[in-house]
Amino acid sequence: MSIRISATIITRFLSRYGSLVMLATLVILMSLTSKEFLSLNNLTNVARQVSIFAIIGAGMTFVIITAGIDLSVGSLLALTGCVAMTIIDKTNGDFIGITAGILVGAICGAVNGITVSRFRVPPFIATLAGLTVYRGLSLVITKGLPIVKFEGSFRFIGQGVIAGIPVPVIIMVIVVIVMQLVLSRTAFGAYIYAVGGNEEAARLSGIKVAWVKLWAYVLCGLLSGLAGMILMARLSSAQPAVGEGFELDAIAAVVLGGTSLMGGRGAVWSTLIGALVIGILSNGMNLMGVHSHYQLVAKGVLIVLAVMLDDYLKRRG
Amino acid sequence: MSTSSSKNNQVASTSKRADRPGGNRPPGPSGASHLVIEHICKAFPGVQALNAVSFEVREGEVHALIGENGAGKSTLLKILSGAHQADSGTIRLNGHDITIEDPRSARQLGIAIIYQELMLVPWLSVAQNLYLGREKQFGRGIVSVKKMNAMAREELHKIGIDLDPTIPVAELGVAEQQMVEIARALSENARFLLMDEPTASLTEKEIEILFEKIATLRRAGVAIVYISHRLEEIPRIADRVTVLRDGEVVHSSPVSEVTLSDLISKMVGRPMTAHFPERTAFKGAEMLLVEPPPESTRSRTVIVHAGEVVGLAGLVGSGRTDWALRIIGAVPSKNQRIFIDGKPVKINSPTRARNLGIGMVPENRKDHGLVLCRTVRCNVTMTILDRLAKWLGFLNTSAQSDTCSLYLDRLDIRCSSDAVECSTLSGGNQQKIVLAKWLARNCPIIILDEPTRGIDVGTKFEMYTLINELSKTGKATLLISSDLPELMSMSDRIYVMHLGNIVAEFDSRQTSQEEVMHHAFGYFDRD
Repeated sequence: MSIRISATIITRFLSRYGSLVMLATLVILMSLTSKEFLSLNNLTNVARQVSIFAIIGAGMTFVIITAGIDLSVGSLLALTGCVAMTIIDKTNGDFIGITAGILVGAICGAVNGITVSRFRVPPFIATLAGLTVYRGLSLVITKGLPIVKFEGSFRFIGQGVIAGIPVPVIIMVIVVIVMQLVLSRTAFGAYIYAVGGNEEAARLSGIKVAWVKLWAYVLCGLLSGLAGMILMARLSSAQPAVGEGFELDAIAAVVLGGTSLMGGRGAVWSTLIGALVIGILSNGMNLMGVHSHYQLVAKGVLIVLAVMLDDYLKRRG
Repeated sequence: MSTSSSKNNQVASTSKRADRPGGNRPPGPSGASHLVIEHICKAFPGVQALNAVSFEVREGEVHALIGENGAGKSTLLKILSGAHQADSGTIRLNGHDITIEDPRSARQLGIAIIYQELMLVPWLSVAQNLYLGREKQFGRGIVSVKKMNAMAREELHKIGIDLDPTIPVAELGVAEQQMVEIARALSENARFLLMDEPTASLTEKEIEILFEKIATLRRAGVAIVYISHRLEEIPRIADRVTVLRDGEVVHSSPVSEVTLSDLISKMVGRPMTAHFPERTAFKGAEMLLVEPPPESTRSRTVIVHAGEVVGLAGLVGSGRTDWALRIIGAVPSKNQRIFIDGKPVKINSPTRARNLGIGMVPENRKDHGLVLCRTVRCNVTMTILDRLAKWLGFLNTSAQSDTCSLYLDRLDIRCSSDAVECSTLSGGNQQKIVLAKWLARNCPIIILDEPTRGIDVGTKFEMYTLINELSKTGKATLLISSDLPELMSMSDRIYVMHLGNIVAEFDSRQTSQEEVMHHAFGYFDRD
């Protein structure tokens, strides 16, 4: 009897904090198999790599909780970088360039949001169009060529270090904390959950559904812009082809964190965990010398298994 | 455990062979199909859903099963239909012990269930639904649609239904879909038909048709177990009635031997002198006035005063819900003229309606009333989040939980904490939460669309008492209901809607159900 009770408690714990358990298991496994893994250098490296996905994932979490999806974030990463770098290149105004880049992200997010909420185009289609359009615009702006710039203060947000911590990681932590607070503590966050959980009930309760959705996409776009700035700064260049497939990694991070694609459930902190799982997995496989081709296979299998396990636990718990 | 169940399986399969009901074989040894369950127990975590329940139903009998929500009626049906397994007890079919392992074996034994939510595939045709999973008989690989349709037509004809088998089920009304389900059950040689609240979403007229069909089936020797919340139906169609309370049978007898008020007091376990609390009407200032749309020549103006409960009667499909949704701006309407406190207002969204002080409890709480995957607290305070937001939109969480517990108390909503998901609550408690969220907003005008549908008698009574209390505090209430006794007893005045028009207005003390129904059916059209 007591065994059964403790079993249900464990199941409940796992269904709630499954992503954390997965992360812990992964960390233990990796530290056992590789000595390098736990070195400060390597961990800093992982955190820096994860930061971009986690920042995009934070915005993506909002969109997915409203039962939407944003496939355009990868292209936005490139477009915002290209816009910012073009401005920096022409004017030497690093600050203006970065502000403009983030703003372009927000505007493109707004375009996605309006298409979805006002014109009722399904999010998958609307943002799939965004994926193509924004990629196309990046190529148009740069004429298909990368813009490289090895000097300038803009590089700080990608390459800078404060008290031993890379700036992208600091930005990521701030973004995750702020977004988590917005989601769980503000009226807007409550609207996001309500709209995703039952749009009609939310509407009849007087919540402005279209407005809520619009802002979810704006935030997602804005954070993609921010991530675009970090990526641009890290690479010291704007590349129109950069960020392809990033949308899938961001979505994977959200899903691994346990946020439901059906909407109404999820959290930003768990997306960070999801991003860390993906980051540590690829880092670990790199350390073990697994070929990148096999890494892709492993990553895909992990995502499906994690979601299957999560679903199983939720049904039992 | 596993050995005993496999043994039982063997018993089941032998008995299946021995007297497969509904086939061409003669019925079992007792001379008629006869299903007996004895001392059935079933526990779910934390509750004993059924406790030593015994029950029987014979060929050609309609057996009504009544009880409050949570009394165990649905659990019993689920055990008979194989969706749940009993913890202990025996089930006998024509004298043989059987086990019903799953819905499939129930169907093979001739037991079919028709749920309240219908189980049809909307975009498949009537015929395709009838034979879903059994297409093989119309050809291997490629199904002969022609043969299937012909056979479906015949099958429907057998129970006297004139339906085109080629049209998609989604285009049918609820009653017709129900008929399709019944036809499907019978085409699988069902001898026992379990019906879970079949009339809950039917109009008066459709109910008549259903009752006729039930009578036909009974004459044909089908046994029917019938769950209903509408007590007045019981004497009309049932032969026997069994009352469940807290998982136990508290009464079982032929219908002719009990009165309705007996049944009610048995269900709730306490004598209930009247179904409805006494109303003391007072009429304050005019709060809401809805003019008829200019293009309508025969619609009337609807007025609701403070402290008044105004009923809106009409058949299902007469457009009552749509009319209400237009008032709160959820359905666009260009030239609907609405006055609040005598001032003309323009309402183009539910948000605007809310800010003007109109709240609506929608008909379907699960689809339109609640965010089921969110907590009780989130749902109760959903309408006042804008008021709870402080600096930068951050919620005043202590005010939020205070407001929530205030209304949980006031409406006697039962939940272990305000942090549980709404999906875990019973229907009655869910309905109260939908009401609570508008009380939290303190809306002076409240529209209630079928507020007591599918909730048990006790909660209904609480709901009525609440409505009375609200109107005492000066709220203007508009009550939409298909339950005429409810509408007559609860409202001070009644408007009747027919085909989207408000066609009549009555003082509810000076009219009769017949008069209201006549107008609802449009019999006075030519006046």
